[in-house]
Amino acid sequence: MAENVKPRVRVPREVAAGETITIKTLISHKMESGQRKDGDGNVIPRSIINRFTCTFNGETVIDVQMEPAISTNPFFEFDAVVPESGAFEFTWYDDDGDVYTETKEIAVS
Amino acid sequence: MKTFVQGGVMALALTTGMQVGADEAANLVINGETEITVRTEAPEHLDNLSKIYSGWIFRSDETQALQMDDFDNPGMIFVDQGRDAWAVAEGSEGKACADCHNEPESLADARATYPKWNDEAEEVRTLAMQINGCRTEQMGAEAWKYDGSDMLNMEALLSSVGRGTPINVAIDGPAQSMWEQGRDLYYTRTGQLDLSCANCHEDNYGNYIRADHLSQGQINGFPVYRLKNAKLNGAHSRFKGCVRDTRAETYGVGSEEFIALELYVASRGNGLSVEGPSVRN
Amino acid sequence: MKLTRRHTLMLAAGSAVAALLPMRAAAAAEEAIAAFTGGADVGSEGITLTAPEIAENGNTVPISVSAPGAEAIIIIAAGNPEPGVATFNFGPLAAAQAGSTRIRLAGTQDVVAIARMPDGSFVQASREVKVTIGGCGG
Repeated sequence: MAENVKPRVRVPREVAAGETITIKTLISHKMESGQRKDGDGNVIPRSIINRFTCTFNGETVIDVQMEPAISTNPFFEFDAVVPESGAFEFTWYDDDGDVYTETKEIAVS
Repeated sequence: MKTFVQGGVMALALTTGMQVGADEAANLVINGETEITVRTEAPEHLDNLSKIYSGWIFRSDETQALQMDDFDNPGMIFVDQGRDAWAVAEGSEGKACADCHNEPESLADARATYPKWNDEAEEVRTLAMQINGCRTEQMGAEAWKYDGSDMLNMEALLSSVGRGTPINVAIDGPAQSMWEQGRDLYYTRTGQLDLSCANCHEDNYGNYIRADHLSQGQINGFPVYRLKNAKLNGAHSRFKGCVRDTRAETYGVGSEEFIALELYVASRGNGLSVEGPSVRN
Repeated sequence: MKLTRRHTLMLAAGSAVAALLPMRAAAAAEEAIAAFTGGADVGSEGITLTAPEIAENGNTVPISVSAPGAEAIIIIAAGNPEPGVATFNFGPLAAAQAGSTRIRLAGTQDVVAIARMPDGSFVQASREVKVTIGGCGG
């Protein structure tokens, strides 16, 4: 699944110190549930992103354990506090061992 | 199914029901800035409708919301992928889209006018055909599969930069005969269920077909990210699904019949905004 | 992701079976809940679960959970073949113990959210989501 996996993340570039921001993330992934069968009746093996994390300067904002009931092209929205200038790091963990990351810098004014 | 065996008068009576739902009064503004025309006067050539409506207004509050912000709209993932492909040189000429067209925004007006007559090729071309024309004639690259993911990503990119532009498809001049062919197809009943496009999308839009809220079948929002299959869908693939559901043998994606139908159906939406990638059921 | 008519029928048949055998689905959900709560009593104040009353498509159902002060929130869909949906764990930089995502529901069912509070207590909210079956949908 490593090809065509492309995160899409919205983080403002600038905030006031200690301000709360809303973060939205989307990533392209089929999230094959393991419940479906192919045309020959064989089970299509599960292949999902099983964990999503967001950290800021190394400290955790959110850490989500994901199951096959999460829809194709997973979406998350959540709120974070920004105590200082730094970088958000977003990480998606694929069943197949691949890890997709995205970094967004943010400046405190 | 009962609705469809009723006479035209009954169908009209049911249609008036569409004024009730709150969703249908909603307005669409994308990212808080791009205003989308989701209802307007029908174009003059349409005898049987006075108003035209984007499919967006027939969807639930939750589905409508998915299209109001580009970080909620999963179709935008594929716009990003189209933007990546825009810059990739391909084919014997070693050219990328960007080499001739600079930024995709330079083609912001394109989506609204397709399908349209191409003088050199002497044919009506859909946007997909024009993209493949560029690829084979200018880049020396292989044509992309019609309604395949590469093609839909590029169409989604070109739609996204044109959002808010009124659909303005020409129906006269050299395109007229194909437009007439499309109109004939629109009103021709097909399949074991003996349904034409018009039976659902003109006579019964706003009514429910079981749990589905019937739209006018406008295609200003294509390519469409459908919740049903969680990917971008092209207009011809959607036509195919509709015709199949009348239990008919369908025309093929990219066939002359569907090009004609796309031209005609697009022209029924003249005045609505380019909306793709839209989000639908 | 092509969902053919046959698959849809199989899904429908599957949910019919699930309806006939509520014990099995409920047992799996109870197991998932017990694994999260350790069998502790579960209250009902201080947690909100937002979900549509009627989902247009069970493939993509938007939901939000919020439990101010919670350490973690687990989401369970008891009517799915596997009841687990997601567990949100909140770190020190979470501005709110809340999150939104989109989930798959195999049919009409109760979606349950349970929050674990820092004092070791648990609170729960649940919402019934009706999943409609389209008329044609092409």
